[in-house]
Amino acid sequence: MKQYFKNTWDAIWTVLVGMKITFNHLFKPSVTIQYPDVKVALPERARNRLFVNMDDCIGCDQCARACPVSCITIETVKSVPGEDLGKTSNGKKKALWVTQFDIDIAKCCYCSLCVYPCPTECIKMTDVYEFAEYERENFIYRFSTLTEAEAAEKKENYAKVEAEKAAQKAAAAAGKTDTAAVKPEAAPGVKKVAPLPEGSVAEQKLPKDNPANTELNQNKSENNS
Amino acid sequence: MYDLLNSIFGNEYLAAIITAALPLLIFILPFALFAVLAERKVSAFMQDRVGPNRVGPQGILQTVADILKLIQKEDIVAADTDKKLFNLAPVLVFVGSYAAFAAIPFSSAYIGSNIDLGIFYILAISSLAVAGILMAGWASNNKYSLLGAMRSVAQIISYEIPTALVILTVVIVTDSLNLGVISEFQTAYFWNWNILGGNLPLLPKLLLIPFMIVGFVIIYVSTLAEVNRTPFDIPEAESELVAGYHTEYTGMKFAMFFLAEYANMFAVSAIVTALFFGGYQSPFGYLGNLIGLEILIPFEQLFWFTAKGLFFVFVQMWLRWTLPRLRVDQLMTVCWKYLIPYAFVNLIIVALIILL
Repeated sequence: MKQYFKNTWDAIWTVLVGMKITFNHLFKPSVTIQYPDVKVALPERARNRLFVNMDDCIGCDQCARACPVSCITIETVKSVPGEDLGKTSNGKKKALWVTQFDIDIAKCCYCSLCVYPCPTECIKMTDVYEFAEYERENFIYRFSTLTEAEAAEKKENYAKVEAEKAAQKAAAAAGKTDTAAVKPEAAPGVKKVAPLPEGSVAEQKLPKDNPANTELNQNKSENNS
Repeated sequence: MYDLLNSIFGNEYLAAIITAALPLLIFILPFALFAVLAERKVSAFMQDRVGPNRVGPQGILQTVADILKLIQKEDIVAADTDKKLFNLAPVLVFVGSYAAFAAIPFSSAYIGSNIDLGIFYILAISSLAVAGILMAGWASNNKYSLLGAMRSVAQIISYEIPTALVILTVVIVTDSLNLGVISEFQTAYFWNWNILGGNLPLLPKLLLIPFMIVGFVIIYVSTLAEVNRTPFDIPEAESELVAGYHTEYTGMKFAMFFLAEYANMFAVSAIVTALFFGGYQSPFGYLGNLIGLEILIPFEQLFWFTAKGLFFVFVQMWLRWTLPRLRVDQLMTVCWKYLIPYAFVNLIIVALIILL
């Protein structure tokens, strides 16, 4: 019986206590942050949308190789002699036309691993995080500053120079030994195998990573087809 | 009101229809719109949130937008439902709560039907909703609906007993079943309200006060259970039963249940007001009397009645956001082991005090 009245009293009393608490909360200012109107400042090192400053990009491909999900696609064409690409803001000389620099931000996992290897600090995380799209294609951000026509032109220029060089080399080779004149169009792969010809000026100017470039060129032709 | 309209239009039927439609058009619908918004705002403020604030200034048009949305919704009727009962149920539930408004005294000039059995009629007609709810649950052919409906019916029928017992105590004090008369009994100032012993001689009045307070608590708790509000909302417990008996309903039929729920909330608050808190009587006397404009008095009464009713609706919301839901067994324990014995003892004591 005593328990019965205690229960009753407890029920009423605890309800009143609870009501007092909720009543006090009625007048407390709300803690809601009304998001689109009010935005909380992001932490200093927050990682959001990637941005590439193409003025500084030297097309070194390091970010693309660092990317764990392969969301960066870079395509470069070597500049031909006489073309001046200018310098990056930290004084590096640019030698490659970046004909394609695509980041598929839908694939991006915001790990920031591409940011660290960049020698010119041109790829970086911004504080933009509202970039929803209706079409999936729109998530592929194309950073290259060259238009398609320009890119094609650069490729053509390079191919021309290359062809010239090959012709020169063939001529030089033909001049040296008649037996070595097997190479008709001087495929670049052959060039690597034959380091014999020396002395020709055009040859010396060729950078050492020639094969890599040709690979890229092959890729291009695949893409184009 | 009926007589007035009858003299204006000279047509009994027209007057009757207008009188009957008045509480619906000028009261229940706006009230439901307001109460849904108030519910959301109160809940938001109690949880330190902002609540709806996009549609219209401070979100006041939110419920209008909701209603427009509900009207446009497709009326889905599942294949295995019992079509006739399924369509009838929401109407019946709404009729039950709407009919209760007929006997509620909004002011001395407007009581839908000033019958001598007022409170008894309300008690009886509000049980119609039970049939509607059970019908909805059964016709939906859905286990959640049926469970919710059965819980609801068990709960409403159980809690009608303490409600009726407390109403009996008030009837003993005021000597009438007519809500208009009960309101008139508590006339003039707030110390004449039934919660403070009513308009009786000093000694019985003082003796009555504690018992009237107990009676008020009992009727408030049990009416809360009758309208299926938290902490007694197990019939529509979201976490267990989806939405209880109206799980299968969409669009306007769902809106009917919703409307009925909010209409019930006010009806119940109005009954508590009329029984214990002076009905439409002003607590301080009337401005109309003071400045000699008697025409003002009914409007003031309407204001006081709505204000008191809305206060109790607010307390219902307040409780909803304070208390968790009871279990089924706890629910029945509260009713049968606590409220009913207390109500009985209360009834007997009050009867003795009035007799002496």
